[in-house]
Amino acid sequence: MPSNVNEFQILNADDDELMRISREGTLSLNLKEMQTIQTHFSKLQRNPTDVELETIAQTWSEHCVHKTFKCIILYSEEGKETEKIEGLFPTYIQRATEVIDKPWCVSVFSDNAGIIEFDNTYNLVFKVETHNHPSAIEPYGGAGTGIGGVIRDSLGTGLGAKPILNTDIFCFGLPDMPYDELPKGTLHPKRVFKGVVSGVRDYGNRMGIPTANGAILFDKGYTANPLVFCGNVGLIPRNRCDKSVEPGDLVVAVGGRTGRDGIHGATFSSAELDDTSENLGSVVQIGNPIMEKKIVDALLQARDRNLYRSITDCGAGGFSSAVGEMGAEIGAEVHLERVPLKYDGLDPWEIWLSEAQERMVIAVPPENIEALKDICEAEMVEATVLGNFTDSHRLQVFYEGEIVGDLDMDFLHRGLPQHIKEAVWQPPQHKEMSSRDSQTEDYTDDLLRLLTSPNIASKESVIRQYDHEVQGGVVIKPLVGVNNDGPSDACVTTPVIGSEKAVIVANGINPKYSDVDPYLSAASAIDEALRNIIAVGGTLEKTALLDNFCWGNPDKPDRLGELVRAAKACYDIATAYGTPFISGKDSLYNEYHDTTTGEQRAIPSTLLISAICVMSDVSKAVTMDVKLPGNLIYIVGNTYTELGGSHYYGLHGFIGNTGPVVRPKEGKLTMEALSDAINSGFVRSCHDCSEGGIGVAAAEMAFSGGYGMELNVENIPTDETITSDDFLLFSESNSRFLVEIEKQNQDAFESLMVDVPTGCLGTVTETPEFIITGLSGKRIIEGSIDILKSAWQTPLHT
Amino acid sequence: MKPKVCILRTAGTNCDAETDVAFQLAGAETELVHIQQLISSKINLSDYHILAIPGGFSYGDDISAGILLAVEMKHKLKETLSHFVADNKLIIGICNGFQVLVRTGLLPGIENGNINQNKEITQQTSLAMNTSARFECRWVELETQQSPCVFTSGIKPALYLPVAHAEGRFTAPSEVLEKLESNKQVVFRYGNSTKSSIDRTPYPHNPNGSDADIAGICDRTGRIFGLMPHPERYLTKWNHPRWTREHLSDEGDGLAIFKNAVNYVKVNFG
Repeated sequence: MPSNVNEFQILNADDDELMRISREGTLSLNLKEMQTIQTHFSKLQRNPTDVELETIAQTWSEHCVHKTFKCIILYSEEGKETEKIEGLFPTYIQRATEVIDKPWCVSVFSDNAGIIEFDNTYNLVFKVETHNHPSAIEPYGGAGTGIGGVIRDSLGTGLGAKPILNTDIFCFGLPDMPYDELPKGTLHPKRVFKGVVSGVRDYGNRMGIPTANGAILFDKGYTANPLVFCGNVGLIPRNRCDKSVEPGDLVVAVGGRTGRDGIHGATFSSAELDDTSENLGSVVQIGNPIMEKKIVDALLQARDRNLYRSITDCGAGGFSSAVGEMGAEIGAEVHLERVPLKYDGLDPWEIWLSEAQERMVIAVPPENIEALKDICEAEMVEATVLGNFTDSHRLQVFYEGEIVGDLDMDFLHRGLPQHIKEAVWQPPQHKEMSSRDSQTEDYTDDLLRLLTSPNIASKESVIRQYDHEVQGGVVIKPLVGVNNDGPSDACVTTPVIGSEKAVIVANGINPKYSDVDPYLSAASAIDEALRNIIAVGGTLEKTALLDNFCWGNPDKPDRLGELVRAAKACYDIATAYGTPFISGKDSLYNEYHDTTTGEQRAIPSTLLISAICVMSDVSKAVTMDVKLPGNLIYIVGNTYTELGGSHYYGLHGFIGNTGPVVRPKEGKLTMEALSDAINSGFVRSCHDCSEGGIGVAAAEMAFSGGYGMELNVENIPTDETITSDDFLLFSESNSRFLVEIEKQNQDAFESLMVDVPTGCLGTVTETPEFIITGLSGKRIIEGSIDILKSAWQTPLHT
Repeated sequence: MKPKVCILRTAGTNCDAETDVAFQLAGAETELVHIQQLISSKINLSDYHILAIPGGFSYGDDISAGILLAVEMKHKLKETLSHFVADNKLIIGICNGFQVLVRTGLLPGIENGNINQNKEITQQTSLAMNTSARFECRWVELETQQSPCVFTSGIKPALYLPVAHAEGRFTAPSEVLEKLESNKQVVFRYGNSTKSSIDRTPYPHNPNGSDADIAGICDRTGRIFGLMPHPERYLTKWNHPRWTREHLSDEGDGLAIFKNAVNYVKVNFG
């Protein structure tokens, strides 16, 4: 055994000692897992080496294997019998996709990203990842390597997709938080905000990938645990979507050199943060986008010449998980001294585990290695043969001729003990707010305050820092309207220049409703993502979803109960709308442990739903800015008294208990009819109603188009009786849209919408005044669109 | 004949694919060529009529934008390039490519008079950090100037194109600026159709704070052209940010620039 390889003394260790080894080694293995490993090595009558135990810890980490989503859950709700759930993922996510059974789903949940059909030549891949823990400690590096990582997921799907679009969603603490309220050891939200945006900007722009969709949310609950979601869409030839590995194929590393950066990233991400986490600097990786660009350039050439059989990225766990996964069904042999290093002094386990960025592993038939090396040399990328795949069904690791790790693939990939976790859901009780109609007759100030709130305010200062035009395909931009500054519902891109076939990408995220019920939050996130797709001209029929759960510690029954609620909603709503999940990811343990007060804080339970839709004719796309004075403004979809978790309640310090419900039967009818109307060319502009309800959506349409509006709340359709102006204006009920119709198309539009609740609210006006009349006939909102726009643009201007 | 275009690539080039499409739509035959292939003489630049240096972040724009590629071209491709220029062939640099041309000195390439006594081309102008101190992606109005530039001959008086850069502020000593004006080497200026006076164009219409609102320049022959905006990103009307609300022609403003280059080659080399 080489001197730089150590054994972990676990054979005779008691439970306390096992847990000490796990904790001190940042292995994030629990007692049951340590005992399983102990039993396995007892049979072998030897201790594991550091290479072996670290490999198991990475492979079994929450980050890599998603045990919470696969374990058995005993779920209890007040007044109901305990329910046994055989895995959240198989029960609610995977099964939804199976039930929906879309023929255009090419590959779901098996590769590094989901694959759907695009046109006769290409398919699309889509993946969204999180990089939360690293971004909390080092925002710039954490976010940059987040986007770098998800781009490699696209490149590592099938035989490699060309990245064509980035989407980024961030959740931060409040930007105006006083410094003395900052939890110990955490960075100020403004600092995190700036660093994350710069990191994503510098990586995405250098890679030449348009960043054309996203969202930024602010909530006190994200102060110590910011969330950074990075997504990438790729374009892949239809005949390059399958991969395989044969014994004898060479294990080839392509890309950057290996250093000590990012060691234990996977296990670190599977633990909570506290005020000492910032000392763990080496767990954050260092990004180099130009290296990644070179890899993409080289590997796509090699792909087109069929020089390799399989590919995956070195992400969490580095070589250990990349080689371990590729060779899972056959076996692999790797010689670590061949790995090109950034500097000397790395122990074998560090080389094996390093999460140094910009590295891919490919399986190359020996006869192709010279051709592959030629391409890499021409593109100035290193390609190194590390070993070969075998038929031993073992993962064998050598260092300078000596074996330093020898693991049974079956134990590594199937030895993880099944866990049982308990989950409880107890609906919270919040104070209810009543209508303010008796206190005020004028809601202009409320509307201004909503437009000013950071979650609703313009994100232009961020969007402009991203190149959203590169590759020449983005046809509905993130900013639209007469001055190119209105908030687009979704982006549309045409990846094949000259073809009318387009891709729509949108997202939905509603953590505020989690305060009322995570079921509503998850259901609303799906509805919102779909609304955004429909609003620009997409159809439910051709839409697929991605789920990204960011949660607190799932070992705590209340947190897990919330997760169960959200997962149930995913199944119910996705199957009702017929929109399958094709990929997803979870990031758990987003909690902060305050070592001074002993307090334990979890983030708001947050589900991001990303949606992707194939659109057959880009000329049918519409934007949200009003186009012409005299046109009619309609509301489509029912409004209910659903202000629980709304921005309007939040403005007045309330959460409430009646959050927006998704009524998928109603919603589906609405969205399908509206898709028809848009595709028939009857709709000049369309905007979904989300944060701030009808009031905010209408104002955004008006000032983005540069015209006024005169509306009346009287005709807002509702299935109940709502007598309050503020509830009609600011309720955040789902499945609603505002649309602009030319008078000549009024009859045609109305006949298409005959089965859908619709109401004509008024007209677009030449005068730049935004006026809404209340139920009493009095004006309840009156303001110039310039003032409204300025309120919306100013808060995050710099 | 089909004019042949060499679209130059290196590490960090990222607008090569759409530049390729632009030249193909304009009727050219194109090839993506890595600079290593020129340096090693595996590919000869003399086989082409047009050299296009696309946008991107060549070598990460380390040190400053475009400088490393410029140094490589100046020192490793010096003769190749001077033959290419002497043969009256065309060079276009877009965004990062413009930065490269400025740093090689090929633009503005003023070598007469007292500006530059020795015949060695040197850098006389620069593209510095935007006055906003950050990367900006936005559409800008361009006013076409009277110039000998072959890429813009007969082009519309006003164009609309996107910019996307952090280092695009054109700046030069006043005597160089004067020379550029008197030689009519300014090809495009940032404009503002809504402005009341004809003075300087304010931010964000001039997105980077360029001297004299300069967005693009050519050399004295008009055969070497560099600009910060991206003509290859406006080839069809779908690229326009307001195609859902305005009546636009199907062809984007950018395509004419590539067509002019192709026509020039057909006329002069056909």
